[in-house]
Amino acid sequence: MTAYRWTQRLLRRGVNGRTAVIAVPYFWLLLFFLVPFLIVLKIAFSETQLASPPYQPLLQWASDRVVEVKLNFGNFMFLVEDSLYWSAYLNSIKVAAISTLLCLLVGYPIAYAIARAKAVWRNVLFMMVILPFWTSFLLRVYAWVGILKNNGLINNFLMWLGVIDQPIVMLQTDFAIYVGMVYSYLPFMILPLYANLEKMDLTLLEAAADLGCRPLRAFLSITLPLSKPGIVAGSMLVFIPAVGEFIIPALLGGPDSLMIGKVLWTEFFSNRAWPVASAVAIALLLLLVVPIALLQRVQGAAAKGAH
Amino acid sequence: MAISARPAPNAVRTPAWNDPQAVPYVTLERVTKKFGDFVAVNEVSLKIYQRELFCLLGGSGCGKTTLLRMLAGFETPSSGKLTIDGVDMTDIPPYERPVNMMFQSYALFPHMTVEQNVAFGLKQDGIARAEIARRVADMLELVKLGQFARRKPHQLSGGQRQRVALARSLVKRPKLLLLDEPLGALDKKLREHTQFELVNLQEQLGVTFVVVTHDQEEAMTLSTRIGVMNQGEIVQVGTPKDIYEYPGSKFVAEFIGNVNLFQGRMVEDLPDRVRIDSPELGGVIYVDHGVSSAPDAQLWAAIRPEKINLSLERPEQADNVAHGVVKEIAYLGDMSVYLVRLDSGKMVRVTQPNVYRHADDLVTWEQPVYLHWHPSSPVVLSE
Repeated sequence: MTAYRWTQRLLRRGVNGRTAVIAVPYFWLLLFFLVPFLIVLKIAFSETQLASPPYQPLLQWASDRVVEVKLNFGNFMFLVEDSLYWSAYLNSIKVAAISTLLCLLVGYPIAYAIARAKAVWRNVLFMMVILPFWTSFLLRVYAWVGILKNNGLINNFLMWLGVIDQPIVMLQTDFAIYVGMVYSYLPFMILPLYANLEKMDLTLLEAAADLGCRPLRAFLSITLPLSKPGIVAGSMLVFIPAVGEFIIPALLGGPDSLMIGKVLWTEFFSNRAWPVASAVAIALLLLLVVPIALLQRVQGAAAKGAH
Repeated sequence: MAISARPAPNAVRTPAWNDPQAVPYVTLERVTKKFGDFVAVNEVSLKIYQRELFCLLGGSGCGKTTLLRMLAGFETPSSGKLTIDGVDMTDIPPYERPVNMMFQSYALFPHMTVEQNVAFGLKQDGIARAEIARRVADMLELVKLGQFARRKPHQLSGGQRQRVALARSLVKRPKLLLLDEPLGALDKKLREHTQFELVNLQEQLGVTFVVVTHDQEEAMTLSTRIGVMNQGEIVQVGTPKDIYEYPGSKFVAEFIGNVNLFQGRMVEDLPDRVRIDSPELGGVIYVDHGVSSAPDAQLWAAIRPEKINLSLERPEQADNVAHGVVKEIAYLGDMSVYLVRLDSGKMVRVTQPNVYRHADDLVTWEQPVYLHWHPSSPVVLSE
């Protein structure tokens, strides 16, 4: 009887099985994303101190009855004032943007070829794109060190051929960063593009040809515009993690290749400046919210335009 | 009805396909298409004349769509020759053919408005912008879609999409328009309406239509001539009336409409009449026209259900009569369908128009009846 009454009471307030199911992922996000985010936010507003943990609490009992709230905006001011952070952010965005563009230029033909391959080949080719994920990301980036360094695979091979007699300096340059970025993030570009191109209705291309459109023009006026949702999704999937990337610039880049992920790492681990590191992280997050919101708007519009 | 509104000169003149002087617009010479080991189209030869509305009719997998796709240029024949307006088109890519196609799925470009869809073909030809705008507007007016010009395909109903597809394929003023199951995706009422619109439009614009369909009623209503296809081959070409009244084979007789087939043997073979003894019928079929066939060959007499009369008393004639019992009655309003089991056990389908209101009250289930027909009704088939 009481169980029944409780159920009725819950139902009257709009709580039923459906809301319970939706509540689970929300609860997950709340616990493992929002709460840690708030902790980081809290640290970002505190002051550094040489202790453990290395920051001062926000709330303190000043006396028996008075709670003292100390909000320190200094960390954020520091980010704005010190040009190091500005140039690190800008450089990160530049590197991420160029990497995204390169991934698109390399990934589009690959995704297109897989999507148009014979059905028997499609799964094999698709597996080959995913296969690198079976090895640790860190190991794969280290492998590039071996390939690019002065007495690495490429230089040794070119010298053996006699094309060059001095090794070309590739490691610890921006070039190496781009190689690492494109190599690591290419699958994230290919997967959504492939999903999009694969489901495209090929009779549309026949219709275009029938109306007098040559294949190249048909690609530009039919295939390309229709794959826009795939291009946007792939670009976001590459751009967003690429902005905050730490391992690739740390291992492949030079000492002067400044990226925000590296700055954050240095602040946190080398300088033990948790509050500044947290402020950097918060600013980075805000910086990424803009493109994510953009992505959702474009995808929303695309979903409306679909049939 | 639109069909009776055909321009008079056309009706009086000898149809092009019976005129030995007429130059065919589309010719297929022994065209074959193989996919691996599978022969989709087998040595098809066909002549289609200007302003015709030619239907390729057949069941699924008979090769009709492959044939249409070869006309459009999406498939290249494995062997044979294809000409359009006297020009060899066998190896010409689709974008260089003076042909447009209306796709079964319509294949409208989802990211373009109705207007842009219709303008697409004209843009490829580099026509001036003002001219494109004028022709698109005219075309949309013709298919009564002027007010939907700015809509995207997904904002239209099925019938409207069909008309956009039609407008898009007609706007380039093709000499030959190919239509793949043009009415397949429409509901019955809309389909009948659109059938007549299509015929009207075809006459208005003087375009040659080649239509692929599996729906025999559609083929009968639309076409000047029908090519019936089976297993990659064209088994018969003729006007709808030819195909229905003079089927050349058992396959055609059974594919188009309903038919009763009586197996039998020739017992009297004269130039102007034949008699066929049919144990299945339990009597003799008398036909008032000559039949060319080998003596003693197995024959089939094909009689359409509506050409059989049903009566309660024994008719006076001696031949072309059968006796049986009514097993099923289906009342369809305008007519009733009776399934009669002959004394031999064979089931015969008979349809009778319900000329007056209680016409079907006389005949009930399990009632013994006589079936009889005119000697001109049976068609004698040898295969």
